[in-house]
Amino acid sequence: MRTWILIIVLAVGTVLLKTIGPVLAGGRQPPARLTRVIALVAPALISALIVTGTFTVGRQLVIDARAAGLAVGAIALWLRVPAVLAMIMAAIVCALLRFAV
Amino acid sequence: MVVMRGTPRAWPEGLRASLPLALPIAAVGMSFGILAAPLLGAIMSILMSAVVWSGTAQFAALSILTSGGGLALAASAALLANTRFLPMGFAVAPSMTGGPLRRLLTGALIADASFVIGHRGGGRFDISALAWAAPVQYVAWVGGTVAGVAGARAIGDPSRWGLDVFFPVFYLSLLLPELFPEHAPRNRQPIIVAVLAATITLVLTPIAPPGVPVLVAAAAALVGLRAPRQSAGPANVGDEA
Repeated sequence: MRTWILIIVLAVGTVLLKTIGPVLAGGRQPPARLTRVIALVAPALISALIVTGTFTVGRQLVIDARAAGLAVGAIALWLRVPAVLAMIMAAIVCALLRFAV
Repeated sequence: MVVMRGTPRAWPEGLRASLPLALPIAAVGMSFGILAAPLLGAIMSILMSAVVWSGTAQFAALSILTSGGGLALAASAALLANTRFLPMGFAVAPSMTGGPLRRLLTGALIADASFVIGHRGGGRFDISALAWAAPVQYVAWVGGTVAGVAGARAIGDPSRWGLDVFFPVFYLSLLLPELFPEHAPRNRQPIIVAVLAATITLVLTPIAPPGVPVLVAAAAALVGLRAPRQSAGPANVGDEA
């Protein structure tokens, strides 16, 4: 199998996707409306990453041990527990649930 | 906690902020190594992690190849899964300094975790924090793959340790301060956008190819085309306890 072709295509393609924005639009402040949109891209993407990391397996929507872990983590964060501690608490809940089921 | 905004010591902060993710990233890299080695071979599996450095793309390609799909299909699925880097790059761009080459090299360091770590809210990014978050992720990813290839099968499926839930909780810890800022005028737009993006991702996941839901979710940011209604007024501030 020509795996190395796949590797090169993926590497070049991924770097292109990452760098088109910085190269074309880097260092310049866009107009105000666009600035507001760009400012909201991060919360949109982070929120989407949280959802995919918690509630999906491939193309399936699932509610499993990760959901319980995230809930515990979210409550901990809300109570101003340091992030690393909240992550560990979430992982413990998640792992316990997996061993229990 | 990530509170040292724009201090001159931003680079160790990026390094430090990324440390808690070293273990979970290595665990995911290990899963990739375990799954990829029988199909691609040891060298190619490690090379792929070292050169592509993107779990989403690599797992997408692997699942296509495992189910008998061809190289072209595997490549397009993997790149589609990575299209979220396009809006990420444009979001980071205004915070960048230096010439095109410098911006190209820094842009190549964008990954999910470094993007989130460099994020300072209100569309601003600490580029050195982003850049310094990348090395830990890279070493953990490639190291994890090597461990997986080298027969970490004995340890068992790393997902059973619950490490995979590190990512959403970590991302949430860096999203919450932006949604509910303490010292900024209240602005509901980030909350609306986050909820909208989550909904789009949930709705599209079962019906769209991997990667597309997150890309489309980025479009939730278009809410910003309307000027935000500042529900300021000191009268309201005391309501939130």
